[in-house]
Amino acid sequence: MTMSTLAINLAGVRKAFGGKIVVDELSFSVARGECFGLLGPNGAGKSTITRMILGMVSPDEGEITVLGQPVPTRARLARVRIGVVPQFDNLELNFTVRENLLVFGRYFNKSAREIEALTPSLLEFARLESKAEVRVAELSGGMKRRLTLARALINDPHLLIMDEPTTGLDPHARHLIWERLRVLLARGKTILMTTHFMEEAERLCSRLCVLEQGRKIAEGKPQELIDAHIGCDVVEIYGGNPRDLCAQVGPYVRHMEVSGETLFCYSSDPEQVRAQLRGRAGLRLLQRPPNLEDVFLRVTGRELEN
Amino acid sequence: MSEGYSPVMPANAYNWAAVWHRNFLAWRKVAVASVLGNLADPMTNLFGLGFGLGIIVGRVDGTPYIAFLAAGMVATSAMTAATFETLYAVFARMDTQRTWDAILSTQLTLGDIVLGELVWAASKAVLAGTAIWTVAAILGYAEWPSIVYSVPAIALTGVVFASLAMIVISLAPSYDYFVFYQTLVMTPMVFLCGAVFPLDQLPSTLQHVASVLPLAHSVELIRPAMLGRPAGSIALHVSALCVYAVLPFFLSTAIFRRRLMR
Repeated sequence: MTMSTLAINLAGVRKAFGGKIVVDELSFSVARGECFGLLGPNGAGKSTITRMILGMVSPDEGEITVLGQPVPTRARLARVRIGVVPQFDNLELNFTVRENLLVFGRYFNKSAREIEALTPSLLEFARLESKAEVRVAELSGGMKRRLTLARALINDPHLLIMDEPTTGLDPHARHLIWERLRVLLARGKTILMTTHFMEEAERLCSRLCVLEQGRKIAEGKPQELIDAHIGCDVVEIYGGNPRDLCAQVGPYVRHMEVSGETLFCYSSDPEQVRAQLRGRAGLRLLQRPPNLEDVFLRVTGRELEN
Repeated sequence: MSEGYSPVMPANAYNWAAVWHRNFLAWRKVAVASVLGNLADPMTNLFGLGFGLGIIVGRVDGTPYIAFLAAGMVATSAMTAATFETLYAVFARMDTQRTWDAILSTQLTLGDIVLGELVWAASKAVLAGTAIWTVAAILGYAEWPSIVYSVPAIALTGVVFASLAMIVISLAPSYDYFVFYQTLVMTPMVFLCGAVFPLDQLPSTLQHVASVLPLAHSVELIRPAMLGRPAGSIALHVSALCVYAVLPFFLSTAIFRRRLMR
């Protein structure tokens, strides 16, 4: 890929805070128009990476290029075409929805008239048409997130950077955000998102990078990662002693992981696994197709904690 | 300035205005309470000390004490308004409310934000100082035409004390530390800088200390203007105030960078 088709390029980026390495030899690139996910548990370095891409944290080593600009030296020029949805809402709580857009548009040197002209379409996009004159403090969590998203679009960005866009939202609000993000992708926007939410990554991301303690441990398309690392159905067994169960089903599975009180059996013949356990009281079995959660468990040996 | 010289310095001459405008919009919602809050204290001092103490003191430097005090209260109110705006409101925007964090994701730089906050705090100082000035002028303690000289001096005073307070908030872990600045720096400054009594009442060592304090330079600019007297050493006072405005700006911006963008 040439630089002009890349929205983001990181090469050999390293960052330590007080001797603790937070991002280690990280390289990845995001093509224009794709949705790229940074997936990992809390403390994996996801937020630090997004802050480095915005020029708010300087890497100790390595090169970062965003929308053709070297970062952090010319990060300001990149930010002209970036919209940000931060992990924690930082809206103006005492301002109305409309005033929030007005104030934020001014940070991009837009005149009040330009912002007023943009406001109806942004409110429509965020499904907040009826809330224009409502104080933000009175909005629900989902509405605040949608306003943050609308605010991030005020400069018509090429690239959206979202740090945990649906964390803390109820399922309905989350699905509405996902649907809105798909609309943005259809319009050709590039999205970089961090998440520890597997369903979010599987639904939205065309490619993703799995992080653990600042290191990249896997990268690829969600389905390819699942096929490459798992490639068979999963039987989750709980309600018994996982160690005993291991011995019993061991010969019939490709691979097993114990996480908490649950035994994950990866087997191309799940019927055999079920047959072995038939008649054992108190066990609960769940057979399902593999997902990114299993990939994470496989490559790190542990679950993503929420 | 070439882009990339420093990603934290103001990017251009107008970005700061967006921050000023945000604060203006927030202030407009609480303007009446805010103005009363800014004026109550200096008015009380002006009339309380001016009339009460004025009877005992009589004339100072050839003018009634309350006329002498009026200039001190104008300078002090500008100092207080700019300081408190920075200590409490700017600190909240920088720390607890995450307003700066939101702005830093736009095309504004840290320097644009600090500059916008400084100009805003100075604007509140102009409002407070000019209001006291107007009351003094109505009572006959200030020459109306001298407002042309007084307002720029009040504005400069506001920038200076906002800039100094910016260092305090860049270093302070929480609100609890501001009281030290108020009690150990601001209150002594009021008494050391000729705001409430003439400087020559002080022992000579303290007069030397006073001569480098910013409020003394503000008072030396504002009082002659209000009393319609020729002012001496205007260039010296303005230069000293400019140093107090500019150096803390760079220093606090550097400290904010370490704090917010490490």
